[in-house]
Amino acid sequence: MFKPTLKVALLASSMLVLVACGEEKKEEQASSAASNTTSTTATSEAAPATSTNQTASVTPAPATGGLTVVSWGGAYQEAQRKTIFEPYNAKTGNVIKEEEYNGEVAKIKAMVESGTVSWDVISVDTATALQGCDDGVLETLDYSKILDKAKVLPGAALDCAIGSDVYATVFAYDTAKLPNGPASIKDLFDLEKFPGKRALQKNPFVNLEWSLIADGVDPAQVYDVLGTPEGVDRAFKKLDTIKSQVVWWEAGAQPPQLLADGEVVMTSAWNGRIANAIKEGKTFKIVWDGQAPDLDMWAIPKGTPNLEKSYEYLAFASSAEVQSALAPYIPYGPTNLDAVALVDAELAKSLPTHPDNLKAAIPLNPQFWGDNGEELRARFNTWLAQ
Amino acid sequence: MSVSAISDDRSTLKSRLRRAERVQRLRAIGLVLPLFLFILIVFVTPIIILMTRAVDNPEIADSLPLTSAALANWDRTDIPGEDVFAAFAVDLVAAQKNKATGLIGKRLNYEMPGTRSKVLQAGRAAEKLTAAPYKEAFLKIDPLWGEIETWKVLERASHRNTSFYLLKAVDLQCSADDEIVNVAPDQALFRDVFIRTLGISTLVTVATLLLGFPLAYMLATLPPKHSNILMILVLLPFWTSLLVRTTAWVVLLQTEGPINDLLLFLGLTDERLQLIFSRFGTVVAMTHIQLPFTLLPIYSVMRTISPNYVRAARSLGAGPFHAFWTIYFPQTMPGIAAGCLLTFILSLGYYITPALVGGPTDQMISYFVALYTNKELNWGQASALGTILLMATLVLYAVYNRLVGIDKMKLG
Amino acid sequence: MMALPPYASPLERLWRVAFILLCALVLLFLISPILAIMPLSFNSEPYFTYPMPGLSMKWYADFFQDPRWLDSVRASVFIAVCTTGLSMVFGTLAALGLSRSNFPHRALVMAFLISPMIVPVVITAVGMYLFFATLGFNNTYFGIILAHTALATPFVVITVTATLIGFDQSLIRAGASLGAPPMTVFRKVTFPLILPGMISGALFAFITSFDEVVVVLFIASPDQRTLPKQMFSGIREQISPTIAAAATLLIISAALMLVTVELLRRRSERLRGISS
Repeated sequence: MFKPTLKVALLASSMLVLVACGEEKKEEQASSAASNTTSTTATSEAAPATSTNQTASVTPAPATGGLTVVSWGGAYQEAQRKTIFEPYNAKTGNVIKEEEYNGEVAKIKAMVESGTVSWDVISVDTATALQGCDDGVLETLDYSKILDKAKVLPGAALDCAIGSDVYATVFAYDTAKLPNGPASIKDLFDLEKFPGKRALQKNPFVNLEWSLIADGVDPAQVYDVLGTPEGVDRAFKKLDTIKSQVVWWEAGAQPPQLLADGEVVMTSAWNGRIANAIKEGKTFKIVWDGQAPDLDMWAIPKGTPNLEKSYEYLAFASSAEVQSALAPYIPYGPTNLDAVALVDAELAKSLPTHPDNLKAAIPLNPQFWGDNGEELRARFNTWLAQ
Repeated sequence: MSVSAISDDRSTLKSRLRRAERVQRLRAIGLVLPLFLFILIVFVTPIIILMTRAVDNPEIADSLPLTSAALANWDRTDIPGEDVFAAFAVDLVAAQKNKATGLIGKRLNYEMPGTRSKVLQAGRAAEKLTAAPYKEAFLKIDPLWGEIETWKVLERASHRNTSFYLLKAVDLQCSADDEIVNVAPDQALFRDVFIRTLGISTLVTVATLLLGFPLAYMLATLPPKHSNILMILVLLPFWTSLLVRTTAWVVLLQTEGPINDLLLFLGLTDERLQLIFSRFGTVVAMTHIQLPFTLLPIYSVMRTISPNYVRAARSLGAGPFHAFWTIYFPQTMPGIAAGCLLTFILSLGYYITPALVGGPTDQMISYFVALYTNKELNWGQASALGTILLMATLVLYAVYNRLVGIDKMKLG
Repeated sequence: MMALPPYASPLERLWRVAFILLCALVLLFLISPILAIMPLSFNSEPYFTYPMPGLSMKWYADFFQDPRWLDSVRASVFIAVCTTGLSMVFGTLAALGLSRSNFPHRALVMAFLISPMIVPVVITAVGMYLFFATLGFNNTYFGIILAHTALATPFVVITVTATLIGFDQSLIRAGASLGAPPMTVFRKVTFPLILPGMISGALFAFITSFDEVVVVLFIASPDQRTLPKQMFSGIREQISPTIAAAATLLIISAALMLVTVELLRRRSERLRGISS
């Protein structure tokens, strides 16, 4: 057709010719060496860029003044603004520049690879924290600059991220429509007792655990079972039984909306979102059975020019006083063990970390998802699309 | 060109004319050049980068350089010798220091699910290894390192270019015996998605043709005064933001939405239907968006068809349908080809509409390109899927160019 | 209305009625989603169901008072205006060059320049995302404007080229032979002819950039929140009637642009002596 496309087509066809599994090793190497100069310039340029940037972070960066903190927006960031950002600004005289994102770890990776990091501290979920650590896009944290690791909830102090609060995935229904609503995970999977659509998060996390619990596995043993191939098969098989009746949500604001619109009879959701809807007058009810606590975490992208300030911020945000202030705004529990006692007793009952709510909870196990998340997500996406 | 016929010297005239021609041509090229370069740099370069990412494979070669070099001399018949293991130990210690073991684990995990944690474990253990024999030590850490398959995968992954992502994009992989085989059924996904993409595009193309052809015929045969007003109704959706039209369909198709209300009111159904997040909803919304693209080329061809041919056929005794089918319809073929090809090409790349209106089984290939880029951070896989989609599009574009001609493309 | 010939049979008449009915249904299908969403923006309740319990302007008040929506409109207008300017320059020059009859490999070059319209936008977006990351253009207005210019210029090329179809190049020579300098010839002869095409092209370029969401989703940071991006995340998370209000405003502006382009097209055809 036209020349550049022709070139591209040639390139592609030569790629397809290269499809040989290794017998033509020598040939492949020769051709790869030849095309290397052209094809990998982009990445090989990016790699040194990252390292130069790392050295740049050691030497004091040109003071840009502000610290860019990126979080998830909505009511959650509003609560963080009131309890962390504003007190931090008042205390240190720094100015936090707030940004929002939707957990696109790809944005961070692109910044780090190209050495143009403009985000200093980011709020991430545990999966992203582990993934980002593996991919080398997050700074390995030096806890001596933050706080004593022993004061952190077990499992919340990861190599590259520190827990900021504990939220939970629970399920909820509308008491106005279902006066005798579901009470257990088994009910969530019971299409005869509770016919109708249910909404679940488009993510294997929690759904596979719940499938096993509904299939009779004890919540405490759920990861032992899910760690075996048979266990995974069993979970997907159980999930199959309700697949046709599931609406999948992706953004946290969707489940309360789906429930309010009557699109579904029950939905999984983050407890804070449902609590907010109840505050706004909705007749929703949270079922704590089989709740899956998870962590929101703070992490630092590798190569930020404001590394010292970022640590200063993490130390501030992880302190017991600051952490205990969050719960009145959004019912998420603290990760600093000292902060637990500082939360109002009545309020504490609505937190995922309250002992009553933890009775039938899935144990917190980010490491399991760090190790197995990749293939479980791949299988889940395949399963979804089939 | 008879202006300078007075000139005696014919050869000078010829050369002067030729020079003038050349200057003209150069000026024309000069006018086009800025856009040409702009498109080349801002549009083509990114696409070439995307395509190189599909075969780019730096992770292992960068993180395990000594092992990669040692493996180059390996004969692939038996577990590698002590030299490879020693290199592996040195590399792993360095990788552990640079926090690169996660990256290695992730890369190997693509080809051998479950190896990530074992690489991390080996990385931690390698720091404690101080002396030979390394081979025995690694076998003790995990039997994985004593399997030839592991090393075959590692060797394949150590090349700077790989066909892994492109193969995976069509659900193929290299087996332990170095043969290309299908991936396990619970991982097979992309062939289905490509077939689905083609299927949805075909459905949408056929639907737009069936709906667009009669309407184009009516618009072309009405007197201009009426047709101009009706044309506005066709063009308004065309000019309205794609997102607005998708939003409109999201609203209309909701379970508690107007279409379900209407169906219940008319008694056509007893209970509310699942219209949103369904294949039906996706095809309907895409048909609505693509309809003008199919209709307009057909319409412009129809406007040029003289009614006299059909009249002649009728007067010679042909029945109305026979006359239409044998005389009129064949003349509309160029328009049908242009409209349908354009709609088919554009449908292949749909992302926003299926993402908002469709369910998980209605997502097309673009969705997976975005998913692997943004969520899975597997840019090699995203690029491989994108490359195949791009190839399909360019082939169809070439066909379009051949059959229709790009200058015939009209807007509104 | 397409009068049937007097020799039409009853069956043919019946067929004609069915045909008109079918066309009416297709027109209804085309226009009804756009019409259906507009009244909902005046609903007094935040639901998308008919009949509406009451009318209210509060969603428009929401739209015009929420800094997020207003900022997004501002960002979109800024990007679209810059994009339009750039693509006008690139596109018009290229169309003038391409319209010379002796342009080498005209069809191929044209196909190349139009290709951003054809390539699936997700591929363009991911490619630019990877490319711009190495240049540091991600998360900048500059990057978005570059990307949008690449996507929008083909429209200008097509519309301006269309006005030059059938353009008699000897008019230029006539002007030159009468002693007019090239710039004068351009201003007096070429420019008035291509002006309608340029304006249509500008409108197309503007709306292409103004509506574009996929590239923005990839390469923009939340600092560059455009109107489509704001709508996209709104639809994903919570379809509030404010989105319907935004949609209604966009439909009205689309209608205005459509009318402008239609009038221009007719003017251009009249100018070139092509009867419509």
